[in-house]
Amino acid sequence: MRNMMQKFALILALLAAGAASALAAGSEDEFKAAYAAAEAANKEAGKLRNQWTTTASTLAAAKKSADAGDFDKATSSAKEAEALAKASIFQATSEKTRWKEMEIR
Amino acid sequence: MKLRSAIYLASAALAFAALTLASSLPSGASDKVDPVADAKAFQKFFTDKFPKVKFEDFVNGPYSMNEDLHRQWQEKEQFPPYEFSLEMGKEMFSKPFKNGKSYEDCFPNKGIGIRQNYPYFDEKEGKVITLELALNRCREANGEPPYSYVKDEMAALTAYMAFTSRGKPMDIKIPDDPRALAAYENGKEYFYTRRGQLNFSCATCHVQSPGERIRAEVLAPALGIVNAMPIYRSEWSGMGTTSRRFTTCNSQIRGVPLSPQDDEYRNVEYYLSYVSNGLPISGPGARP
Repeated sequence: MRNMMQKFALILALLAAGAASALAAGSEDEFKAAYAAAEAANKEAGKLRNQWTTTASTLAAAKKSADAGDFDKATSSAKEAEALAKASIFQATSEKTRWKEMEIR
Repeated sequence: MKLRSAIYLASAALAFAALTLASSLPSGASDKVDPVADAKAFQKFFTDKFPKVKFEDFVNGPYSMNEDLHRQWQEKEQFPPYEFSLEMGKEMFSKPFKNGKSYEDCFPNKGIGIRQNYPYFDEKEGKVITLELALNRCREANGEPPYSYVKDEMAALTAYMAFTSRGKPMDIKIPDDPRALAAYENGKEYFYTRRGQLNFSCATCHVQSPGERIRAEVLAPALGIVNAMPIYRSEWSGMGTTSRRFTTCNSQIRGVPLSPQDDEYRNVEYYLSYVSNGLPISGPGARP
């Protein structure tokens, strides 16, 4: 009975370790995808000559977290950077006509 | 009945033709590039907004906004903080390059009293040439390395050149060249376009809010803002050029600045200088 318990505990521990490493690997992939999407959006903002400093600093923060192995935080930062880059693209696009509203005539 | 139908049909055809014609025309006279009308409206906006400020005082930026600040400016001008830079610029300007030539050889009237004509539109190149750009091109043409566009030597040289033009009215020309008009219009667009995470345009501060405080600083009116360049800013603890002003404005609103002397900055300087035509050169200036 004691042996059974030990075996069960060992199986549980192995399962937990396996699940954790699978989770970590998934998180790194998720980070890589989120980071690539953010970089692509920021590059697009660059073509429109309208990058934001906050996008760059959030991308840097994402990379720092990833280097430290904190992929959850890194993914979250990368997603935030992508949202910032997309907002800067929206701004540049809408301002192509909106600027005229502010002009002194 | 047939006649009535024919009238309806003809009316509909006429209306359709009128609509088609209207949509094919430019979107209205107001969209035509008209720098003369722009400058008139621009100057009127500021003189109406600040009826107590003398026209020539707009070049003193925040120091023109009220009596207290004006007194501060008068006191500051007794021992101006830009004086060291001015002296340095004077010395640098007369010192020959290694090949024996000097800045004098690169500019009309040997570079004296010409600041009010910069930037200008170079029809050969099809682009705007600023004074800072012309100075670095002069250096490179004479085998010297270019200076940084934002401070130190460049600020000293432009300070001296501005000083030799003090009191002369800004006199920017827009030649009859569609590329010059496009550069002017692009400069105007840059000036009014919101950018950066804070969603500010140049106009947000310098048209909508001159005289107001942004944190501890009083915002300068856009009218005459370039006439005082380069400036000693207490905030910088040093001198800065027009390029420095543009790039720091961009980063302050959380936008990634472009490179100094990129087309956008050259064009916005062209626009701002043109609409300040008639106001005296007051550079080098000092700002809080």
